[in-house]
Formats: sequence, C-alpha cells, structure tokens
Amino acid sequence: MEQMLNFTQSLIEWTTLISILGISISIIILLYRAIKGPSNPDRAVSLDIIGINVMALAGLIAIMLVTTKFNDVILLIGILLFIGTVALAKFLEKGVIIDRDMD
Amino acid sequence: MLVAVLLPFILALFIPLLSKWKNKLHTGYFVTIVPVIIFIYFIRFIGAGFEPVTREYSWIPSLDMNIVFYLDGLSLLFVLLISGIGALVAFYSIFYLHKSEQLGNFYVYFLLFMGSMLGVVLSDNVFVLYSFWEFTSLSSFLLIGFWNHKKASRYGALKSMLITVFGGLSLLGALVFMSNLTNTASIQGMIDQQQLILNHEYFPLILCLLLLGAFTKSAQFPFHIWLPDAMEAPTPVSAYLHSATMVKAGIYLVARYSPMLSSNDWFFIIVSTFGIITLCWGSYMAVRQTDLKGILAFSTISQLGMIMSMLGFGTKMAVFAAVFHILNHATFKGSLFMVAGIVDHETGSRDIRKLGGLMTYLPITATLAVLASFSMAGVPLPFLNGFYSKELFFDASLHLKVTPEGFKELLQMAMPYLAVFGSIFTFVYSMYFFFGTFRGKANIEELPKKPHEAPFGMLVSPIILVLGVIVIGLFPHLINEPFIAHAAHAVKGVEFEKHIKFWHGITPPLIMSLTVVVFGTILVLTRKIWQPVYRFIPGVLSMNKFYDGTVDRVERYSGKITNGYMNGSLGRYVRLILAAILVTTFAFMAVTGGFTIDTSNLADLSLPGISVAVMMVIAAVGTIITNNRITAILILGVVGYGLSMLFVLFRAPDLALTQLIIETVTVALFLLVFYHLPKLRKKEESASTRVLNIVISVGFGAMMTMIAISAHSSKWFDSIAGYFIEKSHSLGGGDNVVNVILVDFRGLDTLFEIVVLGIAAMAIFGMIRLRGNKEED
Repeated sequence: MEQMLNFTQSLIEWTTLISILGISISIIILLYRAIKGPSNPDRAVSLDIIGINVMALAGLIAIMLVTTKFNDVILLIGILLFIGTVALAKFLEKGVIIDRDMD
Repeated sequence: MLVAVLLPFILALFIPLLSKWKNKLHTGYFVTIVPVIIFIYFIRFIGAGFEPVTREYSWIPSLDMNIVFYLDGLSLLFVLLISGIGALVAFYSIFYLHKSEQLGNFYVYFLLFMGSMLGVVLSDNVFVLYSFWEFTSLSSFLLIGFWNHKKASRYGALKSMLITVFGGLSLLGALVFMSNLTNTASIQGMIDQQQLILNHEYFPLILCLLLLGAFTKSAQFPFHIWLPDAMEAPTPVSAYLHSATMVKAGIYLVARYSPMLSSNDWFFIIVSTFGIITLCWGSYMAVRQTDLKGILAFSTISQLGMIMSMLGFGTKMAVFAAVFHILNHATFKGSLFMVAGIVDHETGSRDIRKLGGLMTYLPITATLAVLASFSMAGVPLPFLNGFYSKELFFDASLHLKVTPEGFKELLQMAMPYLAVFGSIFTFVYSMYFFFGTFRGKANIEELPKKPHEAPFGMLVSPIILVLGVIVIGLFPHLINEPFIAHAAHAVKGVEFEKHIKFWHGITPPLIMSLTVVVFGTILVLTRKIWQPVYRFIPGVLSMNKFYDGTVDRVERYSGKITNGYMNGSLGRYVRLILAAILVTTFAFMAVTGGFTIDTSNLADLSLPGISVAVMMVIAAVGTIITNNRITAILILGVVGYGLSMLFVLFRAPDLALTQLIIETVTVALFLLVFYHLPKLRKKEESASTRVLNIVISVGFGAMMTMIAISAHSSKWFDSIAGYFIEKSHSLGGGDNVVNVILVDFRGLDTLFEIVVLGIAAMAIFGMIRLRGNKEED
C-alpha cells in the first residue's frame, strides 16, 4: 500500500512535469505564430490557444503546489479568453468593439 | 526715531487719496511737510556735545533681526542731507511737475525712497540695513522709469536695477558672512569684534563682496554706467537720488565699515585706486557730454570717486575731508541739477550745443549756476565750499600714511598727480557747463520755447542750496565742530577738526589748486583742438558696450541653451530623465559601494518557472521588434498572462486574478483606441540616436536589476509578514490574509486607490465628453 502510494505520487509528479514541459513548448511555438503570423486573425487564434495553454499550465501548477486556491484563476482565464477573443474578432471584423447606437 | 523713519512710508499710503485733489492743491505740498518735520526732528541733535543715540524696536527677535537705529555723527550727516534736500526737492518738484502728470505715483515712489534711505543710514542691524538698501534700489528703479512710455527710461531703469541689485546681493553675502562670524547682526557689534573678521581666512571674499555692493550703488568705476542712463528720470529725482542721496549710500557703507576695515592694506589699495580711477574717468568723460544732465551725471560719478578715494586714504584729514565733501557735494550738485531742470523747463532743451547766452534771460538761474559750478570746480574763491574740500583732498593725497612698499608706494606717489589730473577735467566741465549754457551767442530761435526766468517757487530750492554753499564757504567753522567733526569721529574714531581757512600761505595744496585753474583754463580755451581725442579714448573702453554685450549675450545664450534641450520632443525629455537617473544612481552606487550580491538565501529554480520566464522573454522581445501595432498589443497581452502565471507559481491567487482581468481590459482598451492611433512605423532615427536609445534602455534595465539584486542581498530587518499571518484570523476575522491586509490592516491605502480609480474614470469621462468649442463648431 505504502509502495503504491509512493508510486502514484511520483507518477503524478512526473506526469505534471512532462505536461508542463509540453505545454511550455507548445506556448513557445504558438508565440512564434503570434509574432510571425502573416495575418492578424492568425495572431488572434494563436493568442486564444496560448490562453487555453495558460489555463492548463495554471491547473498543472495547482497540482504541483497541491492547492485548490487556483481553481478560480482557471475559470477566470476561461471567461476572459472568451470575451477577449470575441472582442478581437469583432475588432478585426468591424474595426470597433462597441457599436454606437444607431438611432 | 522709528516714527521719523516710518513717516514717509505712512504718508505714502495716503498719497493716492491726496492726489485725488491734485487739481486744487498740488500733492507736493503734502509731501514737502514730511521731510521738513524729519529735518526739524533731527537737527536738534546737532551740537558740540553730541553723543550717539541707540533705539531698539523688536521685529524678529528669535532671528536677531531687530530694528535697531543708531544715530551717530555719520548717520546724522546723512539723515540731515536726506531730509533737508528731500524737502527742497519736494518743493522744487511742485513747480517742476505739471498737474497732468501722475503725481500720485511719483510721490509714492519718492516717499518710499526717502523712508528707505533714512532706514539705510540709521540701521544698525545689517539685515534691516539690507532690506532698506534693496528698497532704495527698487524705488529708484520706479522713479527712473517714471515716464515709462519712453524707451530710454525703461532701459535706464532696467540697467540701474540690474547693476544695483547685483551689488545689493553681493552686499547681502558679505553681511551674512560677517554676522555669522561675529554672531551678531549689529554693525557696531561687528566693529567691536573686528579682529575676528580681519583675521579670518575668508576676509578677502568678505571685503570684495562688501565693496562690490558699495561700488555698484555709488557708481564707482566700472559700475558707473547706470548713472548716466538714470538721467532719464525727472530732474527732481536726478537731483535727489542721483546726486545727493542714493549714490552716497555706497559711500556711507564704506564709511560705516571703515573703522573695521581701514586697518587692512587691501582696503586702502582697492578703495583708493577705484576711487581715483572713477574720479579721473568721470571727469574726463563729463567733458564729452552734450546733455546738461549727462555732464552732471558724470560729474557726480567723479565726485563720488573723489570721496571714495579719500575714504580709502583713511588718514584723519582725508576722512574729515570726505565727510566735508559729502555735505558740499550735496549742496552744489543738488542746486546744479535744479538749475539744469530750470533750463530744461524754460527753454525746452537740455542740449548744450543748442543752448547759450541765457544769462540775460535767466539772470537768477545764471547766478546760481555760476556759484555752484565754480564751487564744483574748486575755484579758489573764499566764499565757495568746494574749494575747501578740494584743497583738503589735495592735502590728504600728499599726506598718505602707508608703509611704503611695492604697489602701495607707487600708489602713494601717483595719487597727488592723479588727483590734480582729475581735478583739471573737473574744472573744464564745470566751466563748460556754465559758459556753454549761459554765455556765448544766444540763438533763441532754435529753442523750442522762448526762455524767460523761472517762477519764484522753482528758484527757492536752488537758492537755499547755493546759500548753503556760500554760508559753508564763508563760515566753515559754523558746521565744523558741532557737525562734521562728529561724522569724522564716527568714521575714524578720533576727534579731529581741521582748521579750515582760506589762506594758509603758499602751501603745496594751494599750488596744486592753482595748477588746476591754470591748466583748466588753457584746456577750456583750446577745447576745440583736443576734442577729437574723445573719438579714440572711450571708444573701446566704454563699459556700456560691455554691459549691452553682456545683457544681449546672456539673453541669447540662455535662449540657445534652453532651446538646445527644450525642443518639444518627448523622446528627448524621456532620454534626458532616464540618463540623469542612470548617472546619479550608478554614481551613487559606485561611491557608496551599494552593489552587493548575497547568494545564501536563494530559492530553487523550477521547470514551470523557467518555462514561463522563457515565454515572457520571447514575447517581450517580440513586442520590441514587431512593427505591427496589433501584434505588439497582443504579444504584450502574452507578457501580462505570463506575469499572472508567475503569480500563480509564487502562490498569489488574488494577484493572479486581478492581473488577468486588468490585462484583458488593457488589451481591450488598446483595441478601443486603436482606430484613432497613427500607423506604427519604424521611426527614421539617426544611428547615433538609436545607439543612444539602446544604451540608455539597456543601462536602465541593468540598473534596475542591480538595484533589485542589491535590495534582495541586503535585508537588514525581519519581515513583518509573520504578524499578519498570525493575527489575520484573530484580529481581522478573515483567512484570506491579502484581503484582510487590504481592507483591514491597511485599509487607508485601499480607500485612496479607489479614489484614484474614481478620478481616472471621471477624467476619462471628462476628456471624452467635454470638448473644446473648436471641435464642436
């Protein structure tokens, strides 16, 4: 039993670390797209995915630090990403974020 | 005594009221009363048994600034001159200034000047003295610029202001020095402790500053240039300020301090050299003038130089002669100015080339002029006071008591010759003044007005002054023992009374006087022949050119310097600010050895930390190199998100939450204003500017890094965080320590941050909503 626990614990540690590494690499690749990206929609999409990766990163760090205090952060990133991407999309579509009243 | 000094100031308050009735009664009548009262008050002190009087009134006792009046022989002489001539000038101005002038202004300035001049000569406290000193500069400025619609008036006023205030400030330096050394603000107290000052290592500096103040005020070479330009003032002002009183303030100062300073060799060298140069240069230049007041201005300069050099001699006879000549000069020069004013008033011109032959038209004025100008020339006539003081001057220059060595010996030998040289020109311009105006061919047609004798009221003041000239000339002993001797005593500290009489026998001074008359007469008669000399001598040496050049250059170069860095480019200002911070911080760190590295207390690196850091670095570099604005904004967002990840990593959930929201809002705001911003372009900057930018930004980054490392490496005290963690629940009633600190332990900060946000919101609302009228149209 003791062995089992130790094994799972180290398994969690290792998987977390490997996942963090993978996510980091993916963020860096995404950053390349965000900086280089030939068009602005490319950048917007890459930013959106960076955000999702950051969510995952926050979750993994929470596992690593053994805490539940960061769950709010993960949820908040989700909401903000949605809002941000919609705003960006609207901006790229219409050039403005908030429309004026049309009357 | 306080009331006597304050009386002019008090009346000055009521002048605007009184000048309302100026059409019924000239305001000058009210003004004349004040100096008469003061004169009567002070004349009671004259007498053989006069003892110095001290009066003290509290002002700022904690700073040792009290209004202390000290009336000794010297002060008494000046007080009587100021009030006596003040009364005569005020009376004269009644007839000189027409009712259509701004009489209220004139008399307010006039009374301000009179009061402050009384304050200067009576004050024993140096700070009070300095205050009054600057008051005289200020009121003189106002009086010179009285006809402020004239350009020359404004120029003269500014010039005198700049020069006298420059001197006044250096005087303040000397006074502060001395009062710090002796620990007293009293002049008499300083003189009592003179050894302390004389032996101090800064004594040369003190002496220079003090003399600078005195020389600028008393129009000594090379600071004499303001006086001729001050002749743009109304003639009563010229008569009062620029002959009798204000220009003698520097003389007064030197005399006042000479008990302390005269034992020093440098005092003798500087004061007598500058005095004698001023005498020669002033009298030489006076011959060149064509304006009556110009002649008198340079004559005043030269006479002041004579008095100054006698103070520099410092022998008993010289000091006696100096105070005697202060009185004499005030009488004849005051009357000469009034004569010039009368001539101007009655003929409409002051140009001596247009005047001439006025003797038959203005007989009384001509009589006054002949007496006063002959007295000024020192013509040996037994009823003119100028002769006596001139003869005493020659006598003093022959009997210099200095240890003959080096430069001083040279000075001692040259002094009598220079004195005679200066006096010859004095003779020349005095004769020129009189004969050029009143004798010769009359060309009445060319004058703006048909000349006729002045009204009697206008003549009263010069008559009284010329009577003074004659009375002193006939009975010099009348004022000798009860009056002048006390003044000399105050300067020299020894009771001394020269037996003045007209005929001493054939003595060297008399021979010198006769030489002056003979050579002077020759020069007057051959004036046309040697006149061309003036085209060469003052040309390059003119101090006016230097002054104009300096003022012009100061304005031009300071303009250039200011425009050099204030070119309106914000980029440059930021560069300057950052560079200044960089230099000072690095210099400070280098000097104090502030940079320390302590590696004993570092945390371990973790994989998430490194990966987030790499992500942020790539994003930050991407922000710099991109030239697409939207890219820059988005990638900046990545940096912000990376920061929030760091907060997560370092266990700060609240910060992470806030950072995320703020970052998103910021990006959204950027997008909101994006449309209105100009296209982001690579700025075309020169290579050097770019290198400079790189150097400054890299340096700034390095600096902040170093500060952060040093700050981390030098923790001197324990953190107080333990207290908050411990007491958060028991005192604050919450388990979220950050929030408890924000609203409970340190709630005040939060309050004002809320205020900041509120103000920002209102300001944004205001900026968007309240547009200028231009945009609405």
